[in-house]
Amino acid sequence: MSDELIWRIAGGSGDGIDSTSQNFAKALMRSGLDVFTHRHYPSRIRGGHTYVEIRAADREVQSRGDGYNFLLSLGDSFARNPQEEAYYGNEEIKPLSENLDELREGGIIVYDEGLISEEDVEAVNLHERAEENDWHVFPVDLRGLAKEHGREVMRNTAGVGVTAALLDMELEHIEDLMSDAMGGDILEANLEILHEAYEMTREEHDFEHDLRVPEGSHETEQALLSGSNAIAYGAIDAGCRFIAGYPMTPWTDVFTILSQNFPDMGGVSEQVEDEIAAAALAVGASHAGVKAMSGSSGGGFALMSEPLGLAEMTETPLVLVESMRAGPSTGMPTKPEQADLEHVLYTSQGDSQRVVFAPGNIEEAYEQTRLAFEIAWDYQIPAIVIYDQKLSGENTNVDVEFFDRDPQPDLGSTLTEEELREAAHDNSGKFKRFNHEDAENGVSPRSIPGQKGGRYLATGNEHSPVGHIEEDPDNRVAQMERRLEKLESIRAELDEERDSTQTYYGPEDADYGIITWGSTQGAVAEAIERLNAQGHSVKGISVSDMMPFAEKEVTEFLESVDEAMVVEMNATAQFRGLIQKELGRFGDKMTSLLKFNGNPFEPAEIVEGYEVNLADEDRQPTAQVRIEPAAGD
Amino acid sequence: MSAFNAIGEEREIDRDEYTPGVEPQPTWCPGCGDFGVLKSLKQALPEVGKTPEEVLTVTGIGCSGKLNSYLDTYGFHTIHGRSLPVARAAKLANPELEVIAAGGDGDGYGIGGNHFIHTARENHDITYIVFNNEIFGLTKGQTSPTSPKGHKSKTQPSGSAKTPLRPLSLSLTAGASYVARTAAVNPNQAKEIIAEAIEHDGFAHVDFLTQCPTWNKDARQYVPYIDVQESDDYDFDIHDRAEAAEMMRETEDVLNEGTVLTGRYYVEDDRPSYSQEKHAVGEMPDQPLAERYFDDDAEWERSYDLLERHT
Repeated sequence: MSDELIWRIAGGSGDGIDSTSQNFAKALMRSGLDVFTHRHYPSRIRGGHTYVEIRAADREVQSRGDGYNFLLSLGDSFARNPQEEAYYGNEEIKPLSENLDELREGGIIVYDEGLISEEDVEAVNLHERAEENDWHVFPVDLRGLAKEHGREVMRNTAGVGVTAALLDMELEHIEDLMSDAMGGDILEANLEILHEAYEMTREEHDFEHDLRVPEGSHETEQALLSGSNAIAYGAIDAGCRFIAGYPMTPWTDVFTILSQNFPDMGGVSEQVEDEIAAAALAVGASHAGVKAMSGSSGGGFALMSEPLGLAEMTETPLVLVESMRAGPSTGMPTKPEQADLEHVLYTSQGDSQRVVFAPGNIEEAYEQTRLAFEIAWDYQIPAIVIYDQKLSGENTNVDVEFFDRDPQPDLGSTLTEEELREAAHDNSGKFKRFNHEDAENGVSPRSIPGQKGGRYLATGNEHSPVGHIEEDPDNRVAQMERRLEKLESIRAELDEERDSTQTYYGPEDADYGIITWGSTQGAVAEAIERLNAQGHSVKGISVSDMMPFAEKEVTEFLESVDEAMVVEMNATAQFRGLIQKELGRFGDKMTSLLKFNGNPFEPAEIVEGYEVNLADEDRQPTAQVRIEPAAGD
Repeated sequence: MSAFNAIGEEREIDRDEYTPGVEPQPTWCPGCGDFGVLKSLKQALPEVGKTPEEVLTVTGIGCSGKLNSYLDTYGFHTIHGRSLPVARAAKLANPELEVIAAGGDGDGYGIGGNHFIHTARENHDITYIVFNNEIFGLTKGQTSPTSPKGHKSKTQPSGSAKTPLRPLSLSLTAGASYVARTAAVNPNQAKEIIAEAIEHDGFAHVDFLTQCPTWNKDARQYVPYIDVQESDDYDFDIHDRAEAAEMMRETEDVLNEGTVLTGRYYVEDDRPSYSQEKHAVGEMPDQPLAERYFDDDAEWERSYDLLERHT
């Protein structure tokens, strides 16, 4: 019995690949397994090759793994003219032909005979390759079966039925999930197709393969969540009740989730004319006393630079999320990259400062979104959660107990009317909102418009304690110093009063280190495990605190190893640059492993990169090794 | 008790309440039309019964942006062209606030043009006063979107080749439910119109002609004004969109040619404001959003309940 199943379902965009795989992943999770999903899709709405991979094992799975061992290939139904059923284009076969390179030896292929003809199959040398690689090929007329009992689109269900039969799975969890998701005739038809496909496969095929679904052992209830879900729920639990946005992949997911849930919980969602407006609305709502957020992806975030600076100067609490995709400019809309780090850290004019967290997995995405809100409202500073298309769309199971914590409606450093009566005012009765005389940690408590005794002016210009535009040099220096003090105070709070947001891997006394950030974390963790099993001595740190930077922890880490490799999904080593800028040393201790072809790292690539970068004694210490896997990955 | 229940006190409000102490003194040039806007706002606010703490004025950048430095309400001086999105959200967050946005013609019709169209379209319940002096003032006299065709400036040395923007027609077309024009040299009308705009439940756009004595001496703002409603020459129904549009078109065609018409052009009383529309489709809570944070009894739903659909 294999220790893990990596199931890939491939088809055309718009053919229901995503929903089918979501259900199947959940069924595997309900059977007690840990799951991880990875979605690959083209930047178009219908047609074109897309796939989703589900990795399931009876142990923690943190990445998509290397390759896969089960292919359910549906064919691209949008490559056919729906009216005439005439075949046009050359994409119908892609869900089969494009996926063969990574299929592991001994793997299983199920393809839809109804959509992919024997001729096509021969054209891609499937049988020859199957023999070479010991693949087990099962052609099934999924489309015909679906049509017979219901509708053509239900061929996905037939495919799941075949999968379950070949892997010797019980249908119970799949049936439950179907009943949750649909009803009436549609449910009937789907169940019929599921059973028919299952029975037919068991009767008609001999199973020589030994691939089975591992037995799961979870004792507590699990939830299958994407990074976008985690960020949205983190915001809700943090007390966020206002979101403004403009759609842009992949940020749209968070926007959508909150838009759908806010009306039930007294929140407001606004889809507005552009990203400048979106961030400005979030600033306006926050100023008026609501925890508010906005977000975007690279190009949209560029437009938010202005309101972001306004929030800093007016000390309006604000949370923005930035879901990175490959750039520059419009780049590759549906492909992940970690190349907006410098954009997010340094955009906006002046000595501008903000808090930036980069969660590396689903749990961190939830926790750090909450933390971002808490810090933003306590310190009246914008906080940004930066993540990427990969984390945004991947699903993993999380113990539901993890989420059982109190909601947080507290507005942080905001005075009540009673407190405002005691606060400092100028002689015309204006509240000294930006008082720098007795500010603690750089924070001067604020009032909310409407509150008695709290009148002041918030302005993006430099200002006096009551908010009037003021260019007096002494005032300028005092206000700047007070604002700059915030980051130091936040750093101290993160170091001293809170659990670390950095995550560590491998043995503490290892000789070599791997440093990473964001969604690359999972692949690095797995690579470190393998390297140590192979006899190397490696440990890792996944850094989340980008600003204020996790200075102490990264310094300790780098001091404790002989050399370190920084792994990130961009071409210019932005994170390694940040480490060197922040710490001012270790330049000769670090090397980079970069990937920027639109696909996330697989653990094997990091293992390979390590072997070239660190284990090879003849190499140049600061060489940047770029791993570029074969096209079609 | 809520922190937002300041509204509805029975007392006379003195316009001095809106004036800060000695500081800061306006830095507008002597003779600037912006003084006229400030004055009419100070007169209008007590008239409509708003205390300084119930009012949030949101401004953009430019000479106009300094309005709330000299007006003692809650204020937010934002960035160039962005007063409207900030103002919209503040009103959605706390519908009990009286939100007044202000900016100049460059700020509001140029860089903020997109926000202007969409705020009008959505009919947010805010008042928007545009200080229209047909020039960029604070950046020292460049051609603005409302400068007449042929206007010469340092950045348009041969004279502008562009037809000036028609702000009233634009906001009416976009969906504003109250559209008026007034002028700094016409203080009585200005006060009345601003008071009306504040009381109007929907997006009230007031194009406020202000003279710029420093950079735009040639502008027409000094000519005598004709109130479009009081003149027998102009007979139209201000509740009729088509008639209002026609009147605006005529007026705006001749705005730079000698005749300046001011007054109310369009008033739509029965159109629901944006937040009413949002209530109607179930996208707005009954209780003001901001109030929830001060209400101990408010129920704070949690993502924990949402997790069920993921298990």
